[in-house]
Amino acid sequence: MPEKNAHRSLVGQLLILTVAMFGFGFLLVPLYDVFCEITGFGGRTNPEAAVVAEAPDLTREVRIEFVTTVNSYAQFEFAANADSMTVSPGKMYYATFTAKNLAGEHKIAQAVPSVAPSGAAEHFTKIECFCFTSQEFAASEERAMPLQFIVNPELPDYIDTITLQYTFFDTAPVAAVLEN
Amino acid sequence: MTRGIKKMTTEVMDAHDMHDDHSPAKGIKRWLFSTSHKDIGTMYLVLSLIMFFVGGAMAMIIRSELAIPGLQFVHPEFFNQMTTMHALIMVFGAVMPAFVGLANWMIPLMIGAPDMALPRMNNWSFWILPVAFGLLASTLFMPGGAPAGGWTMYPPLVLQTGDAFPFLIFSVHLLGLSSIMGAINIIVTVINMRAPDMSLLKMPMFVWTWLITAYLLIAVMPVFAGAVTMLLTDQFFGTSFFLAAGGGDPVMFQHIFWFFGHPEVYIMILPAFGVVSEIIPTFSRKPLFGHDSMVYAASCIAFLSFIVWAHHMFTVGMPLTSQLFFMFATMLIAVPTGVKIFNWVATMWRGSMTFETPMLFSLAFVFLFTIGGFSGLMLAIAPADIQYQDTYFVVAHFHYTLVPGSVFAIMAGTYYWLPKWTGHMYNETLGKVHFWTSTFFVNLTFFPMHFLGLAGMPRRIPDYSTQFADFNTMASVGAIGFGVSQLLFVWVLLTSKKGTKVTAEVWDKPPGLEWTVPSPAPYHTFETPPKLSDADGFH
Repeated sequence: MPEKNAHRSLVGQLLILTVAMFGFGFLLVPLYDVFCEITGFGGRTNPEAAVVAEAPDLTREVRIEFVTTVNSYAQFEFAANADSMTVSPGKMYYATFTAKNLAGEHKIAQAVPSVAPSGAAEHFTKIECFCFTSQEFAASEERAMPLQFIVNPELPDYIDTITLQYTFFDTAPVAAVLEN
Repeated sequence: MTRGIKKMTTEVMDAHDMHDDHSPAKGIKRWLFSTSHKDIGTMYLVLSLIMFFVGGAMAMIIRSELAIPGLQFVHPEFFNQMTTMHALIMVFGAVMPAFVGLANWMIPLMIGAPDMALPRMNNWSFWILPVAFGLLASTLFMPGGAPAGGWTMYPPLVLQTGDAFPFLIFSVHLLGLSSIMGAINIIVTVINMRAPDMSLLKMPMFVWTWLITAYLLIAVMPVFAGAVTMLLTDQFFGTSFFLAAGGGDPVMFQHIFWFFGHPEVYIMILPAFGVVSEIIPTFSRKPLFGHDSMVYAASCIAFLSFIVWAHHMFTVGMPLTSQLFFMFATMLIAVPTGVKIFNWVATMWRGSMTFETPMLFSLAFVFLFTIGGFSGLMLAIAPADIQYQDTYFVVAHFHYTLVPGSVFAIMAGTYYWLPKWTGHMYNETLGKVHFWTSTFFVNLTFFPMHFLGLAGMPRRIPDYSTQFADFNTMASVGAIGFGVSQLLFVWVLLTSKKGTKVTAEVWDKPPGLEWTVPSPAPYHTFETPPKLSDADGFH
């Protein structure tokens, strides 16, 4: 029957479309990463150490603000040693953060950074950061952790304040944290 | 496997061919194993009505709690379960199945086809739904209660759902599966089974809007299924799609969700546009003004729906250029929507209008949906949206598009085609009373919410500051009134067979092939394809 063949081929095409769109949903995950890296969307910064030559632009000052959050499932204290600092673009700076393990046992933590406004993210380069790797803490250990960064002189003129935000996570799955 | 299903379909169709002048099977078997588009359409509509009352009961709990400040009836946790379940049930249980039911009943009759193209799959796509809602409803009795993190299921909050979590995910999977199968069925029926001289542009608007809707469903339901699958693997299989600690990004879920979610809102409104485009010409006694421009407008809306999703999430932070893009793209949707509103008004212009119940609901649709459209334009303005985000202004906006929008269109369609289904005229007086009480109370419920939202009352909160008391009391009175009015609707439906018998045409020369078959529509119709010249409305 010609009608049945027509049904069969159209249903086949529509099923292919359905499967393709299911795949597209998962393809959005890497696409989103690429999109964020290109545009600075989501306030993402470089995930690994970068090497940048210094070229100080002393005519300009940018205020860097540090915001720290501890995830509700992580038993930590975590704060920047200074709330903010004023920097010149193109010059290297150091900042220190301190974290303390409040649990009576060994913990592995991970700091996840985010920069706002998003237009600043691609111009904020971390030379060294405690967020590049997970951090191990012995029971009740307190430790200072270094950050070394440089603000690219090509930072758009309209940005005079950059906020660097860290959230401190316990890397154990949430279920395991809740059991303890 | 596929071959097995195909073989079954063939056998069923052969059986039909052999017994085509027999009446349907008796008792429960007629409904369980039905492959008739009319039976399945009826089942969809009945399920949708039941779900409308289940979701409505939850709305009554929400509005009772909010009637006066303070906590009086329910715990905040249960209140959150109610808002979440109300949304899931109304979206997936009431509005979507109602339109699929209307499509099942009317599309074959409107295009001159004997049945849907894939009758056995049609049966499956219906019977999956009660199972899915059984799973979803069972979560109310589980430790930790039903899902309470909002129907948008944002992580990480949704991952704190108790035992209900996997049930939520699987019921969404099943609902998606049912929608996709229904959509495939509709596309194949419309593309392959039209009467020989019905070209695509001669199709009635209801068929057109459903064809576009079906493509939207196939495009976005699988993406939604993928997103909730990622939630499932994040929770149980150690992935970190949305967990920041593991390198994922919770904001990404919002992007993927709204990539589905925005087309989804048009899935719920395009068939409504189709319904009123059928009704307004009948009671204006003029052909639909600008039929082809309506088709292009609906297609434009469908296309734009894919590139505006981030207007739901302006406050998560995004670059200025993105905000501008999503703001202007969203406002652009007002243009094709405006074309549609203009065409409906132009259809009525100098028409010999009468105001039967379906026409009243359609007129209210045009007027009240436009209010929802205007508040949508206000929300599209990125700098203003930061003030409106997550307030009752948003609640007012989408309820205006969904209740006097989609739900009124469903009721209009039900009254319009009910005599075709039953062969009897419903009680017109009670229908009009139902219309006027519904319209009064729906405005009493949702109009004050605009003011509450502009004054800053947040949504999804069981208690509020005393300054919001008066408007909330008004909204609660309106909600109870609207709920009670719907009992009248049920009464009209239950007594619909007691009215006078109607002719095949039912109304005054209504356009469309569905009015060429007798009323009630016989179990088998259009076994030989009709000629368009037999019906009104084709030129």
